[in-house]
Parts: sequence; C-alpha cells; structure tokens
Amino acid sequence: MGLLSKKDTKLITDPLADNNPITIQVLGICSALAITAQLKASIVMAVSVMAVLAIGNVVISLMRNIIPSKIRIIVQLVVVAALVIIVDQVLKAYSYELSKTLSVFVGLIITNCIIMGRFEAFALANGPWRSFLDGIGNAAGYGLILIIVGFFRELLGSGTLLGFKVLGDPIEKTGLYAIGYENNGFMLLSPMALIVVGIIIWVQRSRNNALIEDH
Amino acid sequence: MEHLELFLKSIFIDNMVFATFLGMCSYLAVSKKVNTAVGLGAAVIFVLAITVPLNWLLDQYLLQPGALAWLGAEYADYDLSFLSFIMFIATIATMVQLVEIVVEKFSPSLYNSLGIFLPLIAVNCAILGGSLFMQSREIPSLGLATVYGVGSGIGWFLAILAIAAIREKIRYSNVPPALRGLGITFIITGLMAIGFMSFGGMLTGGDEETPKEEKTVKVDSKVKKEDKVLANNIKNNE
Repeated sequence: MGLLSKKDTKLITDPLADNNPITIQVLGICSALAITAQLKASIVMAVSVMAVLAIGNVVISLMRNIIPSKIRIIVQLVVVAALVIIVDQVLKAYSYELSKTLSVFVGLIITNCIIMGRFEAFALANGPWRSFLDGIGNAAGYGLILIIVGFFRELLGSGTLLGFKVLGDPIEKTGLYAIGYENNGFMLLSPMALIVVGIIIWVQRSRNNALIEDH
Repeated sequence: MEHLELFLKSIFIDNMVFATFLGMCSYLAVSKKVNTAVGLGAAVIFVLAITVPLNWLLDQYLLQPGALAWLGAEYADYDLSFLSFIMFIATIATMVQLVEIVVEKFSPSLYNSLGIFLPLIAVNCAILGGSLFMQSREIPSLGLATVYGVGSGIGWFLAILAIAAIREKIRYSNVPPALRGLGITFIITGLMAIGFMSFGGMLTGGDEETPKEEKTVKVDSKVKKEDKVLANNIKNNE
C-alpha cells in the first residue's frame, strides 16, 4: 500500500467528476460564475479556495470533538474568515493587480458554500488526514469547472489565454482573424458564464445517465 | 432622488443574482416551489435590510482607515479594514440567528419548509456580498446604506420568485433529459440575466456612461486610494 489507500484516492477523484461540487452538489456557484472571464483569475481563485478548504478542513477536523454542536456554524465561520483574511493579505502583497480583479470575491470565499458544506458533511465526522484529502479533492473539482469555464470564456471572448494572443492579433488581422473570425465579446459578459456552466452540466449528464434529475 | 436612484439601481441594474451572481446556491436549491422561494426571499430582504446599515456603521466608525479618530488623535492612523470580513460575518451570523428564532416562533410551517437553508442564509453570499459592495462602492450615508440593503434584497427576492415560477411551469415541458433540473435552470438564469442587462440604460437614458462603466470607475478610484495607502506603507517601511 502506498501513501494513499484506495479509499483515500476515491476522496480525491470522486469530486472531480461524479460528485463534482458545482455541477452535482450545487455548491459554490457564485464565485465560479463571477470571476471566470479570465483564465488567470479562475486559476488564482481555484488555488485560494484549495488552500482555504484544505487547511480549514484539517482545523475543523482537529477541533471536531470539542466544538459544541449549537455554535458550530459560528466556529466554522471564524475559522474560514481567519484563513480568508490571510489569503487576501497574501494576494494583496504578491499580486496586487489580480486582487483588484477579484475584488470582493476573495472575501466571498467565506460564504462559499463548498467550504461550509464540506465542514458540515465531512470534517465534523472524519480525521484530519482524510479531511485534508477531501478538501483537496473538492477544491480540485471546483477548480476544474472554474478553469474549463475560464478557458472557453477567455478564448472565445478575447482570443487570448492567460493574456497570450493564441488566435492571432485582432487589430493586425493575423492568425484566425485573417479569415474573418471576430471575438465574441458576449462571452465576457456575465450571463454567458451561466450558459457555459449549463452546457457543461448538459455534457456531463449526457455521458452519465445516472445523474439525470426528474425535473 | 439619490435614494430612489440607488433603490432602482440595486433592484434592476446591479441585481444580486443576474449582475453579480451572488446567493446562487440557495437560489438554485430553494427555487423548486414558489411558496418556499417567497419565504426565503423575504428572509433575505429582512437580513440584508438590517445587516447592511449595521455593517455600514461598523465600517464607518471602526474599520475604515482613520475611522477610529473619534477615540482621540492618537488612534487616527489606525487601519483595521483587514478585520472587516470577520466583523461583517459576525454581525450577519448574529442577525441570522435572530431571524431563525423569530421565524420558528411565528411561522413553524415556514420554518420547517426552509429547513437547513435558514441557518445557511448566514453563508448566503448575497448577504456578505451586500456588505462588501457597500464597503467597496463607498456608500456615503446610513440612509443610502439602508436603501441599498433593502433594494438588493428586493432584487434577490424578485429573481428567486421569477425562477421558481418558471420552474413550476417547466415541469410540464419536454426538456432534454440530460438538461433537466440544474442544467436548464442555469440556462434560463443566463437568459434572464441577458434580459436584465437591458435595464442598464434605465437611469442614464442610455446615451450617457453605462452604469457598468460607472461601477468600474468607482472601483478604480477606491483602488487608487488603496494604492496610495500601499505606496505610503512601502515608503514608511523603507
């Protein structure tokens, strides 16, 4: 047996597809939609959430036997808020431009339902190592959707990826633009994020019929 | 006039759901029936209407750079704004607890139908988002903050009411199986958001600056201020 047993591996791989936090558990949607106009912002957000969720899960899991169940929501909020303040300050210190782009959405990691959802559903009932893996897995599932949405929105909306002009130059008409391609500016507007996520859900459920809902 | 403008703006143009995607989780999860949607929407209006002005006071007299000046001159340079997340969320958690007690007392049936989602209002991003936007857009007075809170609450209520009504009807439509439930709700919300974008020119007559640009300009000015503070800090450190 290696570092990860089979059960532990499942903790990481399950949330990537069949138990994805965004498309199946319907958690953490707000930030997934609002900051995905650029791929870079999506990646930074995914990494921030992963840090907060993994560390928070471990902390809550360590404290799970001493938290009175009546005030557990407040305890959880304080833990998340403390971690998010650290992430926010780190972002401001090392990547100020990006923290401007993310604006209030870093703060909104506190109210990201994935975090509270995982604390409630997993960390309160499991040991620290398994909670850590669960945090990493769920944040990865969340990040995966964010990166897919960010990829398509940035590629189709501004013809760039991470700021590099992959489709050619729209002003000098090189690359794809030479044959008459135009950027679809609509992809950068917020409603398209919803529709892209809707299409991802559509594709996912067509591939796995067990996930289809009744209504 | 200023109040009315902000009120309409927070309902239609900066609608919590359609413009900033806040509170999407409970919006998607509780919108299967109109009744529960109305209950949750009313609770959100109530909590926003209380927490935004309260947090405005906190921000103004405790957290902003220089907000502690009322304590005396030596406190005037303090900048506690990094604490705002934790202070805001504490106010919100308390208020939600209060609403929960009130609802349980006066309407047990509503309390039961909302279930886990009532305590989860505390982690509804629309609520914290309301306070954070209030802070980042520098709303100047307590009255305006209240109007902003009520307005964004009503905007959220409107959105969840509309989607719940559509979802009740769509049950009888022939939606592709893989798109049923969550998928189609996302796409309808997207279409509604496109519809709501048409409110953008409502207050400007359409030929002046669009509100979207106005918003970024405001954010920029705030950022510039932060830049200055940062630059000063760096100078001091050197």
